Amino acid sequence: MWPDFLDSESVPLRSNVAGCRVLADAHHWTAAADALREAGASLLSLWGSDDRDVDRCFRIRAAYLLPDRVLVIEHAMPAERAVYPSLVPGFPVADRMQRAVHDLLGIRADGGDTRPWLRHGGWPEKVFPLRRDVSSAQTYPIVSVPYPFVPVIGEGVHEVAVGPVHAGVIEPGRFHISVVGEKALRLEERLGYTHKGVAKRFESFAQRDGHRLAARVSGDSTVAFGWAYCAALESITATTLSPRAVALRALALERERIANHLGDLGAIGNDAGFGFGLTQFSSLKEQLLRHNSEVFGQRYLFDFVVPGGVACDLSVRAIPTLLDKIAMLERAVHELRSIYANHEGLQDRFLGAGRLTPDQAQTLGAIGLAARASGIARDLRVDQPWTPYDNLAPVLATRTEGDVAARVQLRFDETLESLRLCRQLLDTLPQGELCAEPPMAPAGQLGLGLIEGWRGPVMVALETGPEGRIRRCHPHDPSWQNWPLIEVALLGNIVPDFPLINKSFNLSYSGHDG
Amino acid sequence: MFDILSRIRRVGSLSEPLPSPDTDTELTAIQRELHAVFGRALCIRHVDAGSCNGCELEIHALSNPYYNLEGAGIRFVASPRHADLLLVTGPVSVNMEDALRQTYEAMPEPKWVLAVGDCGACGGVFNTNYAVRGPISEVIPVDAVVNGCPPSPLAILRGLVYITRHLDRPRP
Repeated sequence: MWPDFLDSESVPLRSNVAGCRVLADAHHWTAAADALREAGASLLSLWGSDDRDVDRCFRIRAAYLLPDRVLVIEHAMPAERAVYPSLVPGFPVADRMQRAVHDLLGIRADGGDTRPWLRHGGWPEKVFPLRRDVSSAQTYPIVSVPYPFVPVIGEGVHEVAVGPVHAGVIEPGRFHISVVGEKALRLEERLGYTHKGVAKRFESFAQRDGHRLAARVSGDSTVAFGWAYCAALESITATTLSPRAVALRALALERERIANHLGDLGAIGNDAGFGFGLTQFSSLKEQLLRHNSEVFGQRYLFDFVVPGGVACDLSVRAIPTLLDKIAMLERAVHELRSIYANHEGLQDRFLGAGRLTPDQAQTLGAIGLAARASGIARDLRVDQPWTPYDNLAPVLATRTEGDVAARVQLRFDETLESLRLCRQLLDTLPQGELCAEPPMAPAGQLGLGLIEGWRGPVMVALETGPEGRIRRCHPHDPSWQNWPLIEVALLGNIVPDFPLINKSFNLSYSGHDG
Repeated sequence: MFDILSRIRRVGSLSEPLPSPDTDTELTAIQRELHAVFGRALCIRHVDAGSCNGCELEIHALSNPYYNLEGAGIRFVASPRHADLLLVTGPVSVNMEDALRQTYEAMPEPKWVLAVGDCGACGGVFNTNYAVRGPISEVIPVDAVVNGCPPSPLAILRGLVYITRHLDRPRP
């Protein structure tokens, strides 16, 4: 049942998508979670703040994603009793987020796993670095504490442990796989190795510079994070962008999606022993990046999105070449798709591997690309299109099989659709200024930017401080939701398929670790 | 099978030409120099000590057909025990400090360290805080750095050349 207070006590949320905020006591916090679970919402993010300097309270916020809007539920706790009701019963995906909130702020959920998550011994147990009375310059010696992995015992069970440093050029993370014979009985992940204290670091940035840090939360999603940060700031300051600036942002976001999908399609093929796929797709990706460099002066478009607009223009002369390259990419992707589809050896490895059923995806709170491959037909560009997606009408791609093959097919679909969107954007590129100067935001405002990056929804929640400072900024990568999916998708698969399954999700470590 | 062969034939070789004194672009000059020093046998171990993964994307790009890294005899290896050179990215996160040090210590002598990216070189946007130690040189000796955020594949290759030129010099 939908409780009345969710409507009667809500205030509008400043965001690039429709949304509202609701202040809730402990009872309402839980009631809201129950109602939202029933309404089919996903938990988008969970973050806490130290507001003891304002009202002697800690605050916890949960952002939920409904098909047509975002709901932020806020709950304040007195400093003496910093405990809030756990969201894990309705949203299992909240577990690691709750552990992270505790590691950084010392406010605890009344249920769920209590092991540290981001704190690996790099700072003392009783120090909570995101609290305002902890100096940002303070550092601590490492006191390594063994992490209590869940033991798996029984006849014939042995353990394959890998990481944090892996055999290839990969980000660091630790995986414990309990194995019987060749099959994986259980996988437990341990992440947090690349935790860089991004949230604390944001507090020393000016609002007008924060996009540079946001763009480096997860480098492969730099446009999505940069845009989400700017969208949050622009919502607070009610800055209107020129049609040209938003079109160029969308062009950059779609090119980021294409670059990553091309890279993944090659790497997934390679992990199934098809080196031809890697050679072909990595060449296509390199061509796209070199073209980015020619046209925008940047291969990966770091800092292309800036508050108020974009950093550089697209010359009229570049458009015909861009369109030609898009047509070339379309032809190549169609051809390679047919080769992938007709290659029996490849399909034998893809089909049925790492399956995540639609039921599992729903229960676990999957989001973004991985969710769409398991039948959850959600894409912010389609469901809640912000400008300019409201005029682009992107077509949603979805699959129901939930295996490696489905995630591959989805990438093919989305790559072709993004190429179409790029063409449409270039054909109708409006005139207008590149960048408007956003006014300084008043202190104490909350804004939320939500952008469908190539992995899924990327969120930045920004709270302003006085004199153009940032009081609190929480970036959230969809990898938070999707890392636990791999623990389920691997079950019953053979250990040698782990790299293939992992690559088919291709989640961000840095984006998750923060 | 026919369609695979057909595409291979049509795409042809994309690798920028292998070293030859006549066709000297910067890339070929770099490749030739690497070849001269290492004789097609430079083994690199990569460690991400806390990067945002932007640098990893460009290190990956080195392996695409254009840069033809393996053609120049440079390989990424799976173990520090097999490596001549450690390629490190990121500001060093405290959670990776031990792993980075252990990887370095596991490498046989002589060994070199190349810090890749602004974060590895000087801390980048992340600076130093409770979770970040700062540049790679705070934790292990560094022989050379490659600036850029992220540095282009060509810039990383230049860094490799710089190291080859200064191999004999004692570490600071």
